Amino acid sequence: MKHYLQVVWVILWKDLRIELRSKDVFTSMAVFAVLAVMIFNFAFELRVPDKTVVIPGVLWVTVTFSGILGLGRAFISEKDRGSMAGLLLAPVDRSAIYFGKMLASLVFILVVEAFLLPLMVVFFNTNFLSLPLLLILFLGTLGFAVVGSIFSALAVNTRTREILLPVLLFPIMLPVLMAGIRATIGFMEGDTLADMMKWFRLIFFFDILYVVVAYLTFDYVVEE
Amino acid sequence: MTLSRSLLRILNVIALIGMLLAVYMALIQAPDAVNVDPSIRPAQRIIYFHVPSAWSSMLAFLVAFVSSILYLVTKHIRWDIWARSASELGIAFTIAAVISGSLWAKPAWNTYWTWDPRLTTYTIVLLLYIAYFMLRGAIDEPSRRARLAAVYGIFAFLSVPLTFMSIRWWNTIHPVIVDAPSNENKFGLGPNMLQAFGVTNLAFLLLFVALLANRISLGWAEERLEALKDRLHF
Repeated sequence: MKHYLQVVWVILWKDLRIELRSKDVFTSMAVFAVLAVMIFNFAFELRVPDKTVVIPGVLWVTVTFSGILGLGRAFISEKDRGSMAGLLLAPVDRSAIYFGKMLASLVFILVVEAFLLPLMVVFFNTNFLSLPLLLILFLGTLGFAVVGSIFSALAVNTRTREILLPVLLFPIMLPVLMAGIRATIGFMEGDTLADMMKWFRLIFFFDILYVVVAYLTFDYVVEE
Repeated sequence: MTLSRSLLRILNVIALIGMLLAVYMALIQAPDAVNVDPSIRPAQRIIYFHVPSAWSSMLAFLVAFVSSILYLVTKHIRWDIWARSASELGIAFTIAAVISGSLWAKPAWNTYWTWDPRLTTYTIVLLLYIAYFMLRGAIDEPSRRARLAAVYGIFAFLSVPLTFMSIRWWNTIHPVIVDAPSNENKFGLGPNMLQAFGVTNLAFLLLFVALLANRISLGWAEERLEALKDRLHF
């Protein structure tokens, strides 16, 4: 177990270090997120009487769309540099490789969110942040990284690669988006954590289920 | 394992008879639904087509899911043929269910499309399996195609109950046919209607089995063709 966690940590730290040096993924995700929020702002500004009503949708769509940029890169970079074979040849449990890559993608998306949320508070001129909202955003992001990482490994083996990823990923992410948007609306309207419990349970169950399925199937995705 | 040609033919004839019987039961034998507005009573009969289509599609996706797991476990080409055959049928029945639901929605709710969550999620299920075939189309090497498609098939099927769960909690105008008697939204069927309902469901089940058997034998033919092409370096 200790060895397993070590492997996960080594992979995670490797990806974070690459990112700290190049800043490729974070820069494109963050710039994309700002652009998305601005586009939404112009799309709704004249027709929506109170812009704060669109915040939940803007938040979750922006996170999803910018997140997919990072997820797409997760395995493409390994494949293109030929380091994927190296990873697979290492005498370690392959699911540890998955968890390392998944956690790295999770960290990237969380960092983008940490940058996006204050920005949205300023742009929409409302403080909509609350602890339960951050919690459901975290759980939703986790589910997104869990499914997104395995699909990223899957898409990298296809001819169309990153074009295919959103098509594969979005229909499966729908329950998380529905639950996330609903809960965000609830918290903005002053509902308590208890009122929104079913949406939490849904996302939580989604996360657990797909962590297990990803753990069981990752071997089949990368085997050659 | 593939059914012999004569067995397949017998199955096709049984399915045909079943479907003819289903048409008779649904359009002639079944009484008018008294609990809906008289103007939409003829339209109500679409239930005998709509609900069995929906159930057949779910059955098809279940078969595809189980076959996908079996493929990953055994790596036998048979289960890949089963999985892709069942997924294709699932798409066909889903389209039938969405279109027939839409035709019912126009007279009943005065719109072809509502953002009723069940209708919406059904459309999402359609997109899931279209994505499944896009994935298949984007991989050239057969064993890799089968393997990755099987993994996606498992993820896709597992998301269906989650999507349905999220619907339940979103407001819905879709009638609940089989549910607790206390449900306000209940859309009960009388005993005579239940009979027709049972027959049509059974007929659709037979149709599904016959189509699946045919599609699987076509799948084997495709495999043989590929093998021949390989031998001829075609």
